[in-house]
Amino acid sequence: MFESFDLSLVDWSRAQFALTAVYHWLFVPLTLGLSFIIAIMETIYVRTGNEEWKRMTKFWMTLFGINFAIGVATGLILEFEFGTNWSNYSWFVGDIFGAPLAIEGILAFFLESTFVAVMFFGWEKISKRAHLISTWLVAIGANLSALWILVANAWMQNPVGMVFNPETARNEMISFWEVLFNEVAVSKFLHTISSGFLLGSMFVVGISAYYLLKNREILLAKRSILIAGIFGLLSSLLVIYTGDISARTLAKAQPMKFAAFEALYEGKERAGLVAVGVLRESDRKIGDKAVNDFVFRIEIPGFLSVMTGGSPETFVPGISDLVNGNPERGLLSVSEKMERGRIARDLLIEYKEARKINDTEIAESIAATFRDRKFNEEFFRYFGYASIDKPEEVIPGVKVSFYTFHVMVMLGFLFILIFSLALLFLFRGTLRKNKWFLWIALFSILLPYVASELGWVLAEMGRQPWIIQDLMPVTTAVTHVSTGSVITTFILFAVLFTILLIAEVSIMIRQIKIGPKN
Amino acid sequence: MNSFVSLLKRIFRFYYEGFTTMSWWGKRIWTILLIKLFIIFLILKLFFFPDFLKKNYRTDKQRSEHVLEQLTKQH
Repeated sequence: MFESFDLSLVDWSRAQFALTAVYHWLFVPLTLGLSFIIAIMETIYVRTGNEEWKRMTKFWMTLFGINFAIGVATGLILEFEFGTNWSNYSWFVGDIFGAPLAIEGILAFFLESTFVAVMFFGWEKISKRAHLISTWLVAIGANLSALWILVANAWMQNPVGMVFNPETARNEMISFWEVLFNEVAVSKFLHTISSGFLLGSMFVVGISAYYLLKNREILLAKRSILIAGIFGLLSSLLVIYTGDISARTLAKAQPMKFAAFEALYEGKERAGLVAVGVLRESDRKIGDKAVNDFVFRIEIPGFLSVMTGGSPETFVPGISDLVNGNPERGLLSVSEKMERGRIARDLLIEYKEARKINDTEIAESIAATFRDRKFNEEFFRYFGYASIDKPEEVIPGVKVSFYTFHVMVMLGFLFILIFSLALLFLFRGTLRKNKWFLWIALFSILLPYVASELGWVLAEMGRQPWIIQDLMPVTTAVTHVSTGSVITTFILFAVLFTILLIAEVSIMIRQIKIGPKN
Repeated sequence: MNSFVSLLKRIFRFYYEGFTTMSWWGKRIWTILLIKLFIIFLILKLFFFPDFLKKNYRTDKQRSEHVLEQLTKQH
């Protein structure tokens, strides 16, 4: 991009952010899912008065507490990184990003953290009902926290509800509701929290399977599998359903990402969905980027078209259509978008010059143009393309997008099978006999973590080169600090987070081995 | 006023008793939590993560001019 630009700075800054986000996301989804499972168990305790349910609730609450305490505040580092390493981005989006994050901090986090204390210290000190309400509020608070973070992230994927103010060089929110009900935000939130429910359920099923293998805590394990099996099965169906909605939303908001995760180069009607496939770089190229061909694939004919538009006749644009344009289908080429982006940028340069010479009349007239809806729809929405040198730069890593998406989807279907088998064996009374399944359930604890992290890799790497879709590429967003300092903090984080993770896992394993109190 | 003070006392006692009667894992977790917060806020934030724009530019006007410069860079 920029001639004197140190690309390794961008790469290291991205790697640093990715490392922090990946580690942070190891703690979050368990909080989202386990909190609801605990609340369901405690509800049964309050309704039945059966002390065994209370014992179960307390045991899972202990594991929840370990995860919550170790994971809490790890996300704050991401906010530090915005200010230090992504300062241009941070300033550019400030008002839009700030609002949901402030609500998250004030409302959801305080709700969550206040009632966590009541949940842990309040047994026998407040009424059963008040304690139960606290537990539910922790679950709701945790998920509300996720809502605001995901709203902010969804805006980066699909920027809506704002207008750019050239005087402050910031985007300003003009519709809070448009930002909140951004279709990417809605589908992302539902998909993410349901995947957290799934992960929490697998965690409970896996640890319960461990107890059954060890021939101890049989009643607790079976009841836990009953709750987590049902909750997990419903969640995994919800994950598939919301994933389908997400894909349809992406096809509209981020068609390049959508085409990349299916490795679809030539757009077509009756496009098939690849169930399994292996890619290989071919000799064909788009600009200087090699086209990936399938070595082999198993495809569901026409299903991608159905998924996208509800009918096999729906045209799904491919990567070539999106780069070179397809006038028949109303698709602009990247070159055309670059031209429009440059018009918006040149107007911003004119504004800057007018301000320098104190020509308020011209400056005001340009500022008014930036508020104009038509200008925004036709030119400013392509602002980021002004920083693109070659059209093929907008193609994300196709192999990464393809494999992360397909492994995630395959795991999604595997989870349905595992929860179904857990319930089937439980109802038949053969759970303890099927040791092979108990071992699979135990080791499957790791799989939802893999699927969840892959989902984020797909979401974030699939939209490259953008930090804000079409408005700002990562190269413009990054702060010009020394690459060495970014590498230093990368190593620091790697060490800090690894220590935290080891602490969590070791305390948790110890607590699981001790088991619930009698 | 008296009821407010009594409420504060009750809240304090609630937390005090909660912390003092905590199990081994609770105490260990709190130790890790405090060390982690110390590292995040007093080491990382202070020495490694200054706010670039706040540190290098005194006013919002200067900050917006810097970002505008970055946004309008031509190549």
